[in-house]
Amino acid sequence: MTGSPKKSDRLQQPRQKDCELNPDTRKHNFQEVSLGYTPEMARLEAHRCLQCKKPKCVMGCPVHVRIPEFVQHIADGEFLEAARVIKETNSLPAVTGRVCPQEDQCEKHCVIGLKSEPIAIGKLERFAADYERTHGKGEPVEVAPPTGKKVAIIGSGPAGLSAAGDLAKLGHEVVIFEALHQAGGVLFYGIPEFRLPKPIVESELDYLKRLGVEIKVNYVIGQIKSLDELMQEDGFDAVFIGTGAGLPYFLGIPGENYNGVYSANEFLTRVNLMHAWDFPHFDTPIHPHKTLAVIGGGNTAMDAARTAMRLPHTERVILIYRRGRDEMPARQEEVLHAEAEGIEFRFLSSPKEITGENGWVNGVVCQPMELGEADASGRRRPVAVEGSETRIPVDAVIIALGSGVNPLIAKSADDLKTDSKGHIELADPEINLTQKRGVFAGGDIVTGAATVISAMGAGKRAALGIHDYLMRSEGTR
Amino acid sequence: MSKILEKTEPAPGVFRYVIEAGEIAHKARPGQFVIIRIDEHGERIPLTIADCLLEQNAIVLFVQPVGKTSIQLSLMIAGDTILDLAGPLGNPTEIRRFGTVALVGGGFGIAALYPIARELTRGGNRVITLLGARTESRLLLRQEMESVSAQVHISTDDGSCGLHGNVTDALSFLIQSGEKPDRVIAIGPLIMMEKIAELTRPLNIKTLVSMNPIMIDGTGMCGACRVQVAGEMKFACVDGPEFDGHEVDFDTVINRLGAYKKEEKESSEEFEDHILGPCSLGERAP
Ligand SMILES: Cc1cc2nc3c(=O)[nH]c(=O)nc-3n(C[C@H](O)[C@H](O)[C@H](O)COP(=O)(O)OP(=O)(O)OC[C@H]3O[C@@H](n4cnc5c(N)ncnc54)[C@H](O)[C@@H]3O)c2cc1C
Ligand code: SF4
Ligand code: FES
Repeated sequence: MTGSPKKSDRLQQPRQKDCELNPDTRKHNFQEVSLGYTPEMARLEAHRCLQCKKPKCVMGCPVHVRIPEFVQHIADGEFLEAARVIKETNSLPAVTGRVCPQEDQCEKHCVIGLKSEPIAIGKLERFAADYERTHGKGEPVEVAPPTGKKVAIIGSGPAGLSAAGDLAKLGHEVVIFEALHQAGGVLFYGIPEFRLPKPIVESELDYLKRLGVEIKVNYVIGQIKSLDELMQEDGFDAVFIGTGAGLPYFLGIPGENYNGVYSANEFLTRVNLMHAWDFPHFDTPIHPHKTLAVIGGGNTAMDAARTAMRLPHTERVILIYRRGRDEMPARQEEVLHAEAEGIEFRFLSSPKEITGENGWVNGVVCQPMELGEADASGRRRPVAVEGSETRIPVDAVIIALGSGVNPLIAKSADDLKTDSKGHIELADPEINLTQKRGVFAGGDIVTGAATVISAMGAGKRAALGIHDYLMRSEGTR
Repeated sequence: MSKILEKTEPAPGVFRYVIEAGEIAHKARPGQFVIIRIDEHGERIPLTIADCLLEQNAIVLFVQPVGKTSIQLSLMIAGDTILDLAGPLGNPTEIRRFGTVALVGGGFGIAALYPIARELTRGGNRVITLLGARTESRLLLRQEMESVSAQVHISTDDGSCGLHGNVTDALSFLIQSGEKPDRVIAIGPLIMMEKIAELTRPLNIKTLVSMNPIMIDGTGMCGACRVQVAGEMKFACVDGPEFDGHEVDFDTVINRLGAYKKEEKESSEEFEDHILGPCSLGERAP
């Protein structure tokens, strides 16, 4: 590797493209699509960074990873050091490097993006984290002396996992309660293997266990125990709620109860968590559908569509979205991957009715739309175009419209305040404290369906808040 | 991991399990259910909690072998373990002083009614229980039901015991004889629950039915368990499992429950062929 190139040369360098599996092969398997950077590619890409004195990228990052610093370590070949810097603020870089919407966050603000393509911050983050996982000696398991305080974490998605890790390192006894038989939240049951290989999530879980965190699966809090029982009977000094936005929305149009209509959560859970693609080797089935429609334009819709494409009997997958291509909230990379894998897109199309025969789906009737004025979110609102409705013949419909929040915990605790949609309200957003004493919350259960990085950030904020609360309450006792 | 402490066959082809589940046993209320997954390859299925045995720190489940998982369960014996057991799930049955409550149980559904009968009686209600089965030997929990009800009426399809007919006829006779229950709770096959609801609708008797649709997570996350109630979509696992029988759209429930019939058959056949080998069901006697 040569020394640092000059600024003008750096601007000339194109962004390094990572290797990917060939679309024609990958659409028949569940292997990870993006293969990431080699060390050489990573260093070349890192050398493009201008090392700005006031780095804009850091402003765009929800947890303010010290981007120029870790990128410089990569440029210098100090990969483990790069991972260490990232992990100071981001506990799950192997995950976020793969799933963050970088084009809307750090990379959107990178100054090089003004003239050419921004630094591939996400790919570099992933590289450093993967390098550490495969070459490092394992993260040091440094835990502060026991404080004698016990914290319950409810839900094991990114919010719960990051809170648990930070609290364990601070010397608290941490127990995670997870409703499903598998920890990981959406990282496990939602985001598919070809985008986020499960061994990565498992290695994060292992790390938590090495820190002394106990993970109890099959515990549906609110049903088996209330918050008060956790604190008064089981001796937990504080609780963090990270139960996510699990309740899937449906369209509210006729025909949603036909067999062959799924929420994206059901479809993805069957295939990812329950291995339905390997039926009857695994017991959970999924129908051998041929033509599947997916409704929605977010990451969940892309994941459902690409998962559907990979099932052995699938012939066509049609993604129906009521706005235009530019309005799709999904990560850009996923949209490109979906296209390359042969997913057909029907933009400006709004489902009116699901038709069926003998109890099974046989089509979706769509209303053509056009884009009108921008709405509150800044996206142009679709309005119906009078006239020609079309019916698309399909034998399955997957609805990926996002989710509301899971009601179980709030139902079991009157003193936990929620808004009209069921999101838990915070008394102090700086530390993610709820209205209930000793109870903190973060992630999708507070914000509504959002991102992995924001959930993780909330978990970290809450961990500091909880630590402070526990250490102070000791003083007053 | 939860251990099977006891297994019996109270009626031909119906198995009763006592399963170690301390925390669930102490928390569960009548009407609630658990989700189990037998092993790493297993599916998640809901089973009603038929009783809680506090001294044994155990719950009671009844299983009728119909699909792969229930067949596999029916072959397990005391000492075997179940990998995952989560609960109690769903809302408990409302227990208040209603007056006279008619409990209608068909076949396998009787198991779920027993704790409800007991609590309603304890709560000061006059409980009239109507039990139906194909034939006398298939009648579940008759004595137990008698011990917690003011009256028990039996009906069998073949007339081998009690009324020759079905439970809907039995309820109809009961009402004709002058009883006017303040509430009816019916648990059993969907067709039976639908008929009971039709019978009580014109009489304006509040009638609860218990839905047992296909479920995966049991926490409201997947929507597989959706049921149309009074024109609104409800999730049986978090909004139910009991709903007002006069408001449930039984046709969609029946259709959705049949969604995986073919696969269930394939899965249990494959299980029988490849896993059990040539031996037949019941070889590992309880
Ligand atoms: C298919 C899909 C794809 C996505 N893709 C992306 C992406 O590419 N990039 C991105 O940034 N974000 C993505 N998201 C969003 C992101 O996954 C979520 O914002 C994030 O996971 C939220 O984290 P969380 O910790 O709040 O909750 P979750 O990850 O939802 O975890 C909550 C956990 O709590 C458990 N739980 C719920 N109730 C209880 C209870 N009562 N007791 C015990 N446990 C309970 C649940 O079982 C679950 O395991 C995607 C979401 C989906 C569904
Ligand atoms: S904005 Fe771009 S060039 Fe500047 S420090 Fe961040 S990554 Fe490097
Ligand atoms: S079983 Fe998944 S929502 Fe009810």
